[in-house]
Amino acid sequence: MEVAGFLAAAAEIFGGSIPGFWPIVGLSLGVTLTAVALAALIGMPAGALLAVSRFPGRTILIVTINALMGLPPVVAGLLIFLLLSRSGPLGFFGWLFTPKAMILAQVVLVLPIVVALTRQTIEDLWREYAEHLASLDLTGIRAVPTLLWEARFSLLTGLLAGFGRASAEVGAVLIVGGNIVGHTRTMTTAIALETSKGDLPLALGLGAALLVLTLGLNILAFGVGRVGARNAG
Amino acid sequence: MNHFTRRTLLAIACLVASPIGAEAQSPAPAATIVVASTTSTQDSGLFEYILPIFTKKTGIAVKVIAQGTGQALDTGRRGDADVVFVHAKAAEEKFLAEGFSEARRPVMYNDFVLVGPKSDPAGVAGGKDIAAALAAIVAKKAPFVSRGDKSGTHMAELALWKSAGIDLAAARADWYREIGQGMGATLNTASAMNGYALTDRGTWLGFKNRGDLVIAVEGDRRLFNQYGVMAVSAKKFPHVKTREAESFVNWLTGSEGQKAIADHKIGGEQLFFPNADQPGA
Repeated sequence: MEVAGFLAAAAEIFGGSIPGFWPIVGLSLGVTLTAVALAALIGMPAGALLAVSRFPGRTILIVTINALMGLPPVVAGLLIFLLLSRSGPLGFFGWLFTPKAMILAQVVLVLPIVVALTRQTIEDLWREYAEHLASLDLTGIRAVPTLLWEARFSLLTGLLAGFGRASAEVGAVLIVGGNIVGHTRTMTTAIALETSKGDLPLALGLGAALLVLTLGLNILAFGVGRVGARNAG
Repeated sequence: MNHFTRRTLLAIACLVASPIGAEAQSPAPAATIVVASTTSTQDSGLFEYILPIFTKKTGIAVKVIAQGTGQALDTGRRGDADVVFVHAKAAEEKFLAEGFSEARRPVMYNDFVLVGPKSDPAGVAGGKDIAAALAAIVAKKAPFVSRGDKSGTHMAELALWKSAGIDLAAARADWYREIGQGMGATLNTASAMNGYALTDRGTWLGFKNRGDLVIAVEGDRRLFNQYGVMAVSAKKFPHVKTREAESFVNWLTGSEGQKAIADHKIGGEQLFFPNADQPGA
């Protein structure tokens, strides 16, 4: 494969002459951002609670969640597939081969990352300020909102890690989404498809587009973090 | 603390509200059916060509999931598709016998070709006898890449070894490489290791990373590949959209669908040959 072929493909992709490219980008971003948002909504309070509470089995729970950060996406995909299949326990939802199933699979992948990183961040912060917070009558669960708010810029990094995992994976969304053109085809499943068709320049071009988008989002998040931290500081 | 809680909630609410509506981009048509089909029909561009014609006529949108034949039939068995459209007659008849569909209708056929490197280490290029070619590959221990994924093409390949009188279980060694992936991935692998592979002609014509691969054997009757279509039984799965599924099956096997199939060409070459009216196909 020549460099020229790749450059031509990249130019075509960004020039908009690949039909359906922007809907694919839209779907990929929509699914992944929704999954990360849901994971944040559940995972940040859960991680913070885990950081400030003490109960039997806590260590085992923490180790399990840490281990789940390494859950292979295909396994997550397979589990969601079996759950959502018409012959599975949640089949009546009719979610299989829809973006909803893809969001669910990505939440399963991102949630352990958000919980684990939040738990670590909040626990460190709490250790540092426990006495100070206690003097304000903020102990245990009552300290959680304050701790989350104070740690918000560090927590953003955890969300970015989650976004990276979700936007980069192909195994889970392929299994539960089905790679249906116009419905569930994402950047990564499109790359897998073009590779299997032997159109390597186009596959590589799509890969470059995915990298550019991820870079853009990280620049944005970094900027927000910087500006926010300065204003808050 | 209330102050903090409110701002935290607000921040989270903004985060949740921001994503793009994942399903908002395509206007919902009257009904949508899911068709479990094979990679060969998708990769050859057949669906891209015929489905818009069907949707325009009936208002029924078709979502295609491209899998290997074995996997596509299993998708139907679990009730996750309304129609299965595959190519492995024996496996399709098993699906019927198990009661997952009421009827199988023949649709079209295409053919397989044996592709291999220009250097032709097994000396089979230009032949018309697939059995002789396979025997030569075994004798020379020339690299052969197999789908190995229970797809229709994989089942056809196994049947061809058998019809050539070769006991694959005994003959297979390092030269026989089973990769467990789709047709395109198999061709990519064959191209990279300069091996032989059995492929449907449609995928081959659309395939762009050929390297040194060329067609070695074609035109043997045993290489013909029949496609059949079945609506998934509503008796097994009450949620399947029987009316729309039947409408798709009838269109595909009727004169309009058959003409659309015949009209689909790549580089002027017809890929699929409609034969819905051929008894026993």
